Amino acid sequence: MRREWSVALAIVALAAVLAVAAPSFFSAENLRDLFLVNLPVLVAATGATLVIISGEIDISVGSAFAVCGITAGVAAKAGLPAAAAGLAACAAGAALGALNGALVAYARIPSIVVTLATMVALRDGLRWATQGAWVENLPPRFQWLGLSQASFPIAAGIAAALLVLATAWSLRNLSAGRAVYATGSSAEAARLASIDTARVKLSVFMLAGALTGLAALLNSVRFNQIPTNTGLGLEMKVIAAVVVGGAAITGGRGTVAGTVLGVVLLGAIGPALTFLGVSAQWERAVQGGIILAAVTFDAARSHAVAPLPPAVARSV
Amino acid sequence: MSQVLLEATGVTKTFDGVRALRGVSFELRAGEVHALVGENGAGKSTLIRIITGAETADTGTLSIAGRGVERIDPATARSLGIAAIYQHPVLFPGLTVAENIALPLEGAAVLRRIDWKAWRARAKQLLDQIGAAIDPDRLVDSLSMPERQLVEIAKAIGANGRILIMDEPTASLTAREIDTLLRVIARLRDGGAGIIYISHKLEEIFAIADRITVLRDGESVATRQRADIDAAGLVRLMVGRDLAQVFPKRTIPVGDVALQLRAVANGRRGVKPITLEVRRGEILGIGGLVGSGRTELAETIFGLTPCDAGDILVDGTPVTISSPVDAMRARIAYVPEDRQRHGVIGEMPVAANTTLNNLAAVSTGGVIDPSAERRAARAHVDRLRIRTPSVDVAVGTLSGGNQQKVALARWLSIDPRVLILDEPTQGIDIGAKAEIHEIMERLAERGVAIIMISSELPELLAMADRVAVMRRGALAGILSREEATPHAVMELALGDAA
Repeated sequence: MRREWSVALAIVALAAVLAVAAPSFFSAENLRDLFLVNLPVLVAATGATLVIISGEIDISVGSAFAVCGITAGVAAKAGLPAAAAGLAACAAGAALGALNGALVAYARIPSIVVTLATMVALRDGLRWATQGAWVENLPPRFQWLGLSQASFPIAAGIAAALLVLATAWSLRNLSAGRAVYATGSSAEAARLASIDTARVKLSVFMLAGALTGLAALLNSVRFNQIPTNTGLGLEMKVIAAVVVGGAAITGGRGTVAGTVLGVVLLGAIGPALTFLGVSAQWERAVQGGIILAAVTFDAARSHAVAPLPPAVARSV
Repeated sequence: MSQVLLEATGVTKTFDGVRALRGVSFELRAGEVHALVGENGAGKSTLIRIITGAETADTGTLSIAGRGVERIDPATARSLGIAAIYQHPVLFPGLTVAENIALPLEGAAVLRRIDWKAWRARAKQLLDQIGAAIDPDRLVDSLSMPERQLVEIAKAIGANGRILIMDEPTASLTAREIDTLLRVIARLRDGGAGIIYISHKLEEIFAIADRITVLRDGESVATRQRADIDAAGLVRLMVGRDLAQVFPKRTIPVGDVALQLRAVANGRRGVKPITLEVRRGEILGIGGLVGSGRTELAETIFGLTPCDAGDILVDGTPVTISSPVDAMRARIAYVPEDRQRHGVIGEMPVAANTTLNNLAAVSTGGVIDPSAERRAARAHVDRLRIRTPSVDVAVGTLSGGNQQKVALARWLSIDPRVLILDEPTQGIDIGAKAEIHEIMERLAERGVAIIMISSELPELLAMADRVAVMRRGALAGILSREEATPHAVMELALGDAA
């Protein structure tokens, strides 16, 4: 839990600085905007947390996000109700996740390679399919999912909170969650413990895909149109949040709580800099600094704690 | 007499309180092949690692070509002309043969231009010198195992190797390839090099060695001229230990056949058809040399690499085991050899490790009950006397013996009918070892059929009711408790040469 605490501490410190130097940061309007912008990141990052704990990685999140968003938009324009359009987005995400997952779990191709390929293929495929045209003039009942502009953030907030809590609880308390950690810690040991590691991997990719679909839906209902380049670079935001939140990129370690804190810190830092009068150009540099700090913290800790495996000495 | 290339006197080495070497003396002369033989764990590898600088001796002296050497590290070893060739060649698969031969010989200067043409010519010449027809431009990736071994040898000679150490170089070679290698070795010897040759295969030793030194329990017990000793005498020297110090297992009445293998084979893993049975309450030991197919057999029974022929019967009923899940359903448990990597999940707490195989027992409808889990874990901790501050600490922080007990606990949670233990006490201290033996006896008394793979003869002879000995993937024989003498086991393990 140590990492989660240090990220939480960083958020509190940032909030304290803002409270003194730029209290207007906490205006209802600003917080609401911040929330709506980062909500899709949070939902996608929750899925990515599962993938990363299982020892894999998905860098096709941004492209899948675009495909799902367009799917939802096209479905809505075809006259489907908002809920059905949302389901279509989630289903598209789950299907893309299944593709990635099957290639990783059963064809045994490294996930970074598989999802790099799907990242590029999906993005260019989408551009080809839409001829670069945006999905425009979305029906009004699709916007804010038919809710009022004021009630949507509350409903979405409750839904996201439930989602996050359910995921965190499942990871901790379900045998399926235990299987995800075991697979990420040592796939071989998990296999010996008769865990079907291939199924675990396929499942986390599918779940993460479905959540990417949900994230895309939550993003597209905010606008009147959906550009084909939506979600560009989302994968980096998502992976950064998960890593800053304390998940080991090598698998086996990580929590949803940490990811939530990671999203909050990385999402708040950019606008905070603006409010503090620092040029927005520094946003990415500061985010990079935070990621480096988090990873260095990990490396320092593992070097300090990890003893030389006795097997090395005894192998002679 | 020819020049002494290397002399080690009174070398001792202790790992974690275990004395791997206790006063070993060894001498290598120019123009001789000096074989080093002994059981698994006799100290051969440790001695080699000290000579090549991978380990430092605690006490004892080492001199190379008559000059005393204070400390050897891998760089000085190389500059002294010491080169080692291991069972598995250490080459860069993505580089060419010439590059592999050249790279270690290049100086440290980063910016020096590499004269590839000269290196290729040199590589060619080195390969010719040992009679190997390998194109220096080929990628190592495309070479066969014996070809890689020849590249290793060329690399060693290229580095001006005067002292060549070969550790089980023929383990993965066919008979014809072995002949070629032995001819190369003879040629190197005639060229004045000194060769330390380690092998379990006595026929090779007698074919190539000039002198033979026997290590046993970390001591050099004898050095003989080849002409002065025969195979039987050599085996006697290798195993002749005092067996009075180990306590035999209690007599436990055996019951019905729990596991039966009928011509079970696994071509991919090199397991030839094997027929044997284990009864309830029985401990069947599996002996044999490292690499004789023991672990492969265990992994076949457990479904990690499913068998491709034969039948497996549990309690008289044929079962299909194509994955560990099937094995678990048949209540077969397997505690693997490498507990650090496979036996336990180091990052997970003790509690989660012990319940991982049978989470259903501590959960309702897939939801884990944390208090039930901790209760179950504590019961294991008490019963197996696992020394841990609490059930919440990561298993990786415990000692080897306690990690092994956690691995055992995990499998006991499925209440196994058949328990396969692969090197259950390797690398753990004497006290924990005795405790694990005690646990095995208690399980046998409760009617569990136990298969114990062990490279340690005393453990095998003390614990096993019967000893099955494997050799080159096949069952060389099964010995009853009365028949299982160290000599008989080694004879079966080594084959006709002994």
